Amino acid sequence: MFPILSTITFIPLVGVLAILMVNGKKEGLIRMITLATGVVDFIVSIGVYTGFDPASHQMQFVERVPWIPSFGAEYYLGVDGISLFMVLLTTFTCVLCYLSTWTAVEKNVKEFNIAMLVLQTAMIGVFCALDFVLFYVFWEMMLIPMYLLIGVWGGKRRIYATVKFFVYTMAGSVLMLFAILALYYEYHAATGVYTFDILKYYSLGMNKTLQLWLFLCFFVAFAIKVPVWPFHTWLPDAHVEAPTAGSVILAGILLKMGTYGFLRFSLPIFPDASISAAWWISGIAIIGIIYGALVAMAQEDVKKLVAYSSVSHLGFVVLGTFAFNLRGIEGGILQMINHGISTGALFLAVGILYERRHTRDISEYGGITKVMPKFAVVFMIVTLSSIGLPLTNGFIGEFLILLGVFESNVTYAVLASTGVILGAVYMLWMFQRVMFGEVTNEKNKNLPDLNKRELAYMLPLVALVFILGVYPNPVIKRLEPSVKNLVAIVNKAKNGTAVVGESVLRPTADSGARSGEVVALSVGNQTVNSGKRD
Amino acid sequence: MGGYIWLIVVLPLVGAVVNGLLGERLPKPLVYFAALGSTGLSFILAVVAFMELVSLPPASRVMVNNVYDWITAGNLNVEASFLLDPLSGLWMLVVTGVGFVIHLYSVGYMSHDKTYWKFFTYLNLFMFSMLMLVMGGNYLLMFIGWEGVGLCSYLLIGYDYHRNAAAVAGKKAFVMNRIGDFGFILAIMLIFVNFGTVDYHSVFSHAEKLPVGGMTVTAITLLLFLGATGKSAQIPLFTWLPDAMEGPTPVSALIHAATMVTAGVYMVCRSAPLFNMAPTAMTTVAVIGCATALFAATIGLFQKDIKRVLAYSTVSQLGYMFMACGVGAYVAAAFHVMTHAFFKACLFLGSGSVIHAMGGEQNMEKMGALKKHMPQTYWTFLISTLAIAGIFPFAGFFSKDEILADTFGSGHLVLWGVAAVAAGLTAFYMFRLVFLTFHGESRVDHEVEHHLHESPFIMTLPLIILAFLATVGGFLGMPLLEGANVLHNFLGPVFAGAHGASAHAEAAHNVGEEVGLMVFSLAVAIVGIFVAHHFFIKDKPAAERIQKKYSGIHGLIYNKYYVDEIYDFLFTRPIVVFSREVLHKVVDVQIIDGFVNGTGSFFAGLSRFAKRFQSGFVRDYAFTMVLAFVLIAGYYLFGGK
Repeated sequence: MFPILSTITFIPLVGVLAILMVNGKKEGLIRMITLATGVVDFIVSIGVYTGFDPASHQMQFVERVPWIPSFGAEYYLGVDGISLFMVLLTTFTCVLCYLSTWTAVEKNVKEFNIAMLVLQTAMIGVFCALDFVLFYVFWEMMLIPMYLLIGVWGGKRRIYATVKFFVYTMAGSVLMLFAILALYYEYHAATGVYTFDILKYYSLGMNKTLQLWLFLCFFVAFAIKVPVWPFHTWLPDAHVEAPTAGSVILAGILLKMGTYGFLRFSLPIFPDASISAAWWISGIAIIGIIYGALVAMAQEDVKKLVAYSSVSHLGFVVLGTFAFNLRGIEGGILQMINHGISTGALFLAVGILYERRHTRDISEYGGITKVMPKFAVVFMIVTLSSIGLPLTNGFIGEFLILLGVFESNVTYAVLASTGVILGAVYMLWMFQRVMFGEVTNEKNKNLPDLNKRELAYMLPLVALVFILGVYPNPVIKRLEPSVKNLVAIVNKAKNGTAVVGESVLRPTADSGARSGEVVALSVGNQTVNSGKRD
Repeated sequence: MGGYIWLIVVLPLVGAVVNGLLGERLPKPLVYFAALGSTGLSFILAVVAFMELVSLPPASRVMVNNVYDWITAGNLNVEASFLLDPLSGLWMLVVTGVGFVIHLYSVGYMSHDKTYWKFFTYLNLFMFSMLMLVMGGNYLLMFIGWEGVGLCSYLLIGYDYHRNAAAVAGKKAFVMNRIGDFGFILAIMLIFVNFGTVDYHSVFSHAEKLPVGGMTVTAITLLLFLGATGKSAQIPLFTWLPDAMEGPTPVSALIHAATMVTAGVYMVCRSAPLFNMAPTAMTTVAVIGCATALFAATIGLFQKDIKRVLAYSTVSQLGYMFMACGVGAYVAAAFHVMTHAFFKACLFLGSGSVIHAMGGEQNMEKMGALKKHMPQTYWTFLISTLAIAGIFPFAGFFSKDEILADTFGSGHLVLWGVAAVAAGLTAFYMFRLVFLTFHGESRVDHEVEHHLHESPFIMTLPLIILAFLATVGGFLGMPLLEGANVLHNFLGPVFAGAHGASAHAEAAHNVGEEVGLMVFSLAVAIVGIFVAHHFFIKDKPAAERIQKKYSGIHGLIYNKYYVDEIYDFLFTRPIVVFSREVLHKVVDVQIIDGFVNGTGSFFAGLSRFAKRFQSGFVRDYAFTMVLAFVLIAGYYLFGGK
């Protein structure tokens, strides 16, 4: 079988090789190579969509070869309904990003394009990897190009922002690495097998205390990425300093790594811990929704405003995920896709303004509709999709999340719904101050409207806004089996029955009864084991 | 059967898309063709569909047109389906009919506007959303239309976006509506969670099994009504509508008088089976409606801006409609929606004609004696004023009388009394408006006076059509004679299935009582007109004397009871200040970032401290070694045990 996932993952690296052979002064050629790479990658990734069997919850397009057999690490790729759309979102967003940077980035073009392409490989890899080691490699691989993108091509306070971004993320990564290793030894203790196969861990029944600790390690790593309140303060700084393409990738894809992590790891591997932590996670998700919206309202900087709106929107995703039901999680995934489209488009729109005026201060603008009418229409549509107007993509996700949450806890749903009102307030207020009124600032009087290149990357997003809003079922249909399977895994834990999966490794029905001593014992065994292996 | 109903809804959208994408480049006539052609065709199809509906036997007048599955997630299945029954049929005809007439008027009114194509795009988009709201076969489709009309309202109020007041008013409308929508969407979720569907008929058949007055159904209906107060500008969410007058006048006529603002009434009527099971909600609806009717009418008394008077009058009339719903007189509510669409659209378009002639002036103190300059506008305006004041035999008389009679008949005497007072006030302020604008001596500026002219035919034709409808429209709901009340017989079956006693309020009163009530409400209206005549024609100084004497009350009312200021003080300002000063500056920057940066500087400080030991001088290292040796040796020698 054609290894389509590897192809998608590594096409960008082929582009990198090509660029390396080009003289750095030929900027046009470099940009063309990058764009072409992105387009080819996107076209190939459509094959994953068309070849995907919507009825199955199994991993599809699986590629599996031993990698480091002595550790049990494998080169193991595959997609299910959840990761399918994340992969597509990545390949799609990247094309638009490459197109958007032609005039925005003028120094070190070669290096910039290489960083972007490496980042693309890493992101696709994260969504396809089904082996912990492979996953972690890709996960860390994302960090470096992103660090460079902000640190080299960023704004005035870029160094502060990069260090903050890096330290926050590293803190999370280290905890995750620790938790992965702990899981690895715990699995061996239970079965005598060393493996990093992520899916195998779905059927590893751990006692609740250990689950909770490891869950927390993963949670911090993912919560920082999302970001969940109060781990969010790196985000506004990173966004403000990052170049437009960096912000788009960051908001469009990187943030989804966190919520994707909840779905791929936290819920299925630690179902008991997820359930017991749901109340406070929902709590901080709701705080994030309302807090993000209120703080967004207080911003004078357009990019910061959009950054805080992400905190609010992703709060919805987390809330939906931890409702543990079909609609909540489906809505969450849809919202991840939609947020990628809408917020990606918002950052592109802000970038278009920034390229013309080199300021992000809302007060510097006003009356832009008059000088840039085409831009006004596009910006308006994107704004409306961000506030979740029906028949735009934003509505479906938000509605399904709220419905799912409503089914599990009415109070949460009511509180979260206030975020919908606030969303309209800060977005429309910003829009009014930037776009409406008289043109008071002399510098704004002769701004050029969108050019063809800018239209070329905005219009596909606008089209998707409506397509997903009017006809979301093709997406939902492909999500449903995987989400149902996930919900089943969590619910079985909730009902206290045996663990799901092909093979039941260890009964969990009595996991609550297992005493602390056993935990200590098993942890002790692991140390012994690891000692032997060395 | 009825497989074409979706076209009625979608055709205006086609016009909007064509004009939106190509309007700037198309020649003017083609823009008009796309806008008027699509809405006109939609109206014709609506009439055809309506005829088909009427041809069915009364008990089975329902046509459903399923198009495709919109959202399918687990057992939630929301179909894109359109429903035509007598209730949606009535609204469909009003929306397409009045909508088309207003499109016609806009051709004249917007003729000088540079972005007229954009205006027609929005107007068509509005028609699409409104038809979606009315004809959607389930609550979620109604919600699409509901938010859609809100969006169009936002876009059209802020049409003159370069005027700050317009932009602010647009945003205010949207946000206030969103507060209402918050209730609506929660209601939809509650409906789905309880009944497993959002489809009207299934919801109602499931709901029947619930106990009357139960928590669930009361919560659902109250939340729905919260949505209605936003869209239909009722207490406490009414303050956006007067500000919405910043929009172009055809917009005020179509959206903020004839159609969109009646969406809340439609929603309550559509959900009648639910409301009938929730007496608490019914009482709330009736009381809020009645209070709004009186409250808004009093504000209308002293406004100087011609459109603002009409705006408050709209709020007040909507209050009547809700009061009717609240006492179970749904047919009367729907009836008043229809007649109100005719006369209020005519009044707004008439005021637009006046403003057009005055070169944009809206202050009535700068008008007067316009009658001789613009006779067609005057006569059509007068007819509509008679209609809204409730003078026999104009349309408003019948519908308002039916509401009052039903309120009286259902035993809500206090509500009836308040509503009657409001009716008197209505007659007063409407005739005050007519007298100030068209009668008396001219207070028009000299420059403007030369340009005064009657509006072109394309603008007066809609006035004439609407005035005609405002004259005869009332006969559809002819009282007294059994069987002559066409509207009642037509709409009746929609509400008949509902259980609960209040649905039958309409039939409760006898002929003698009904005639007595008619005479009474007629008398109230006439008194209102006489008072207006006395103060604004006969003895103008008296009006000013009284105004001076009670300047406190006058100021309070003229400033709309300072409701906007109170909301600003209680909600807007605290939220903004709290977000900026506390959440952002303290929690985010100082506490969370303080912790993050503190962690960073802690380790940086630790390193700085540790750095000192790596001085690079051998003597330092030698000293450290010796010190360590001494300490370790000392420990074992003296402190070991």
